[in-house]
Amino acid sequence: MKLISSNKQAVSRQKTVNKRFIVRLFLIFALLLNGKFSFANEEVIVTDSAKINTESAVSHAESTGEHGGEKEKFNAGKLIMSHIGDSHDWHIYGSEEHPVSIPLPIIIYHPEKGISVFSSSRFEHGHVSYEGYSLVEGKIKSADGVDIYDFSITKNVLAIFIAAALLLLIFIGVAKTYARNPDKAPSGFQNAIEPMIIFVRDDIAKAAIGEKNYAKFMPYLLTIFFFIWVSNLLGLVPVFPGGANVTGNIAVPMVLAVCTLLITLRYGNKHYWQHILAMPGVPKFVLVILTPLEILGIFLKPFVLMVRLFANIMAGHIVVLVFFCLIFVAGAASTGAGFGAAIPAVAFTIFINALELLVGFLQAFVFTFLSAIYFGMATAEPEHH
Amino acid sequence: MTSLSILLDAGMAQAGAVIGAGLAAVGAGIGIGNIGGSALESMARQPEMKGDLVSNMFVAAALVEGVALAAVALAFIVGLA
Repeated sequence: MKLISSNKQAVSRQKTVNKRFIVRLFLIFALLLNGKFSFANEEVIVTDSAKINTESAVSHAESTGEHGGEKEKFNAGKLIMSHIGDSHDWHIYGSEEHPVSIPLPIIIYHPEKGISVFSSSRFEHGHVSYEGYSLVEGKIKSADGVDIYDFSITKNVLAIFIAAALLLLIFIGVAKTYARNPDKAPSGFQNAIEPMIIFVRDDIAKAAIGEKNYAKFMPYLLTIFFFIWVSNLLGLVPVFPGGANVTGNIAVPMVLAVCTLLITLRYGNKHYWQHILAMPGVPKFVLVILTPLEILGIFLKPFVLMVRLFANIMAGHIVVLVFFCLIFVAGAASTGAGFGAAIPAVAFTIFINALELLVGFLQAFVFTFLSAIYFGMATAEPEHH
Repeated sequence: MTSLSILLDAGMAQAGAVIGAGLAAVGAGIGIGNIGGSALESMARQPEMKGDLVSNMFVAAALVEGVALAAVALAFIVGLA
């Protein structure tokens, strides 16, 4: 951060701001990097969806079958799903036999045994059982067959914490600067944040909701806009603390869409409900068809919001990974082919990553804009004819 | 005449999934091509509106792509299961 003036007071204030920023940054990352590294054997591929279990069961059997023999064939599907899915440890680098990863805490509630908290390194990447629990294809199963509740801090949960910590770091700093000098022109980092906040306020909130009601929705709109954008950007960074597929995991957009739905239902006024349940000026026999469709529409709109964000981000990550896997698939044929395939693959990957930067921002904007439109429809005043 | 049991083959499900994804790509191509075309035409008619038109074009493209990528996501889920 450059010095702002030669005035001694301003210089010392700037130095304090620098020191505070660095101390905050250090504290937050020290908090998050508390886990220790672990070395162990084969890493287990983890996926969220139960439907993919059959495929990973087959590949798991394949890989254990070839344990004693030569190196197993490169399985592109397995690699891609392992990068997109969630897992109980954060894999940093290293092959399947000798991975270097950060073990994350596992928190399980068993209806009879109660709550257990332990590090995922106890499972040694799926090879060992611990306290009657074992890691089977990324899911924790109890030896006595009872259904357990898994509240673990997985890779995606930690990535959400990191995104939240980054957002708090940026915005609390900026807000404090504004609170301290409300009439001063913005300087430094404020210059970057202020246009974005003005953009959300003017082009999203005021445009969609209107002057009268937009203020009470601003905190929520700002939060989802910056959270989705930061999560998308962090997902593109290949190294820790980035690289986790947060918005591409269907749970996160689902929660955001449910929040939008709840706010829309909470702030819907009489005019809004009347238009849904009994649209005025429509004959009764049409109403019989129209009302169920409108009620379906209440739930369908946030659902499409969720699917749009999830599919865009997941598809982007898959495309990048597929381009990289082309190198290894060609390399399996011959090493020369692998090196040859690397040049166009890297070029395509750079292009797709640049496109993903745009898509990350665009999806955050579209999600926020459509949420604002739904809020605007919910709080719209009836026009007087 | 092959028996209908060929439909039970897992390879058939994956073939169907990939064909579905391809059709979704066709739909996305037509939709976004239309949007881009009309945006360019409007920019040619009124060059001073260029900024507005570009932003609105991107928004409409994101909405169309949402639907197409929903089909692609479904194809992934079916194809990998």
